[in-house]
Amino acid sequence: MADLKITGLHKYYGSMHAVRGIDLEIPAGEFTVLVGQSGCGKSTLLRTIAGLEDISSGTIEIAGEVVNDLAPRDRDIAMVFQNYALYPYMRVYDNIAFGLRARKTPKQEIEEKVQRAARMLAIDHLLDRYPRQLSGGQLQRVAIGRAVVRNARLYLFDEPLSNLDAQLRDEMRGEIKRLHQELDKTMIYVTHDQIEAMTMADRIVLLRDGRIEQAGSPLDLYERPATKYVAGFLGSPSMNFIPAQLVSQDNGLAVRLSDGALLSLPADRGNRFSRHRDREVTLGVRPEHISRAADDALRPGVVCHEVTIDLVQPTGSRTYATFLLGGVETVAELKAHDVSAPNETVKLALDMNRVVLIDPASEEVL
Amino acid sequence: MKLSQRRNMRLALRYVAATLLTLFFLFPIYWLFMISFKTADEIYAYPPVWWPSSIQFSNYLVLFKDGDAATVGNSLIVAGVSTVIAMFLGTICAYSLARFRTGGENLANWIISQRMVPPIAVVFPIFLLYVWFGWVDTYFGLILLYTAFNLPYVIWMMRGYILDIPIALEQAALVDGYTRWQVLWKVVFPMCRAGLFATAIFTFVFAWNDFIFALVLTRTEVATYTVQVTHYFGGQSNFWGKISAMSVLGTLPIFIVVAFMQKYLVRGISLGAVKG
Repeated sequence: MADLKITGLHKYYGSMHAVRGIDLEIPAGEFTVLVGQSGCGKSTLLRTIAGLEDISSGTIEIAGEVVNDLAPRDRDIAMVFQNYALYPYMRVYDNIAFGLRARKTPKQEIEEKVQRAARMLAIDHLLDRYPRQLSGGQLQRVAIGRAVVRNARLYLFDEPLSNLDAQLRDEMRGEIKRLHQELDKTMIYVTHDQIEAMTMADRIVLLRDGRIEQAGSPLDLYERPATKYVAGFLGSPSMNFIPAQLVSQDNGLAVRLSDGALLSLPADRGNRFSRHRDREVTLGVRPEHISRAADDALRPGVVCHEVTIDLVQPTGSRTYATFLLGGVETVAELKAHDVSAPNETVKLALDMNRVVLIDPASEEVL
Repeated sequence: MKLSQRRNMRLALRYVAATLLTLFFLFPIYWLFMISFKTADEIYAYPPVWWPSSIQFSNYLVLFKDGDAATVGNSLIVAGVSTVIAMFLGTICAYSLARFRTGGENLANWIISQRMVPPIAVVFPIFLLYVWFGWVDTYFGLILLYTAFNLPYVIWMMRGYILDIPIALEQAALVDGYTRWQVLWKVVFPMCRAGLFATAIFTFVFAWNDFIFALVLTRTEVATYTVQVTHYFGGQSNFWGKISAMSVLGTLPIFIVVAFMQKYLVRGISLGAVKG
């Protein structure tokens, strides 16, 4: 049974239409990430689930019960906030116990639960401290601890890692995911960071302008994006978009770039696109699907193209090379030593099995 | 001159200036206390007696024997009770304004504008009204008036302090199982404790120091000490001993309150000041 079911949800702030008709079901135990750029409505959606914002229309059901008019405290949810929301005048212990005390939990039980959560999050040595004596990572653990002790039906996370530095963020990401595995609870996690979304989610719900652009497993969205927006949002560096034309070539199809280069499509894909022949398309190529062409024979569906490198950005394990392809700045993710300096002319191989073709008018993937 | 010497010199000058200024401002208070301990002869002596030969409490004894000291008690009652009521009602109103945007954007400005009304402009209409209701010279009348006069100030100040509290703190408590009233008690009050104390002190001091309302609206029963002091200025002579003793009694509670609450006072005032 779905733990959370949202039907036809709309939310207006005055004349601003923040959430524009969301239908979403989240099965019990799933880790769902709501992701999108700022202002896409993801936080608003989360806050309506928590009951911190009224909804304009639609229904929200938690475990089969419509909660539209229930106060936040009656919804059996726990929430972790972006700025930790810890009480500066309470010790860590009391911060964690705060929610349990609201529910008149016996003292003995509070003690046990707080100690267990603190051990789980490795903050059991900090219980006597005040929040101002803790580092950012420790504060976030306490905030998570406060949610964990609650044993709620639904756990909501509102960009909990955005205030941490990069290294700590990587670490906490893993910890929250492990926590999900241990607790086996339904969790909804809001972030604008596509890496967080990809690494943590069982299912990603990508929001844009108050609507769901696409929902599915991380690899599903990555490999089979429904729209140009999804294709561009996921992946770093993001997908290259090159204006082109779909033309006939020999017995199949090819993509012709504005500089006249012809990139043939593999036969099976050619059949799929044949009804779009002679149309303008946008060619979408992920940086990792471009490689340095080897001297030996190419795999089927891989085409070669000679380019002059503009910019070289080594990251250690990989090197990002920027060049012009069809008049557009394009990034390729190459092996560390594939290119060494700008202005080098190299032969690159494009894996046409993996490219996407997008209708420039509707921005939908063909 | 070496750099360190110059720095020491400057520091010394600063201390001298600070000491002189402090003496200048403290002298009237010192003089007030000294007069209250002097005999009548010493008060009128010339050249002035800087330090009385013996500390006399006779000026105070007279005030207590005649029952005049009870006016300080009246001041304590009206200022204290009106402060408690104004703080309670005002903080709740402020919370409503801050968090539910009650009355739109401008209601808060409207409310504070009430505080700008000069007391003298309203005291006589109020007097007529009070005569009508039979509230003249009653605790109720004064407490009501001070509460009404202080409410806008409390609302305005507390609204600022409440707006400074990160709203996520309240939302976290709401999600965790607390009601709105519990949130007010367990989150909002502790978070703006410094602001609460600072505002309460100013509210108390306003009622404590008020003269014009008390003068017009009291007779004998609930006359406050500020009104009582004026009775010692006579046509023939001024009773400086009584005046100073009564003034000391009127000053002491404020000294005590401020001394105990200094920490909150400084924090409370600066809290509002650094708001971006």
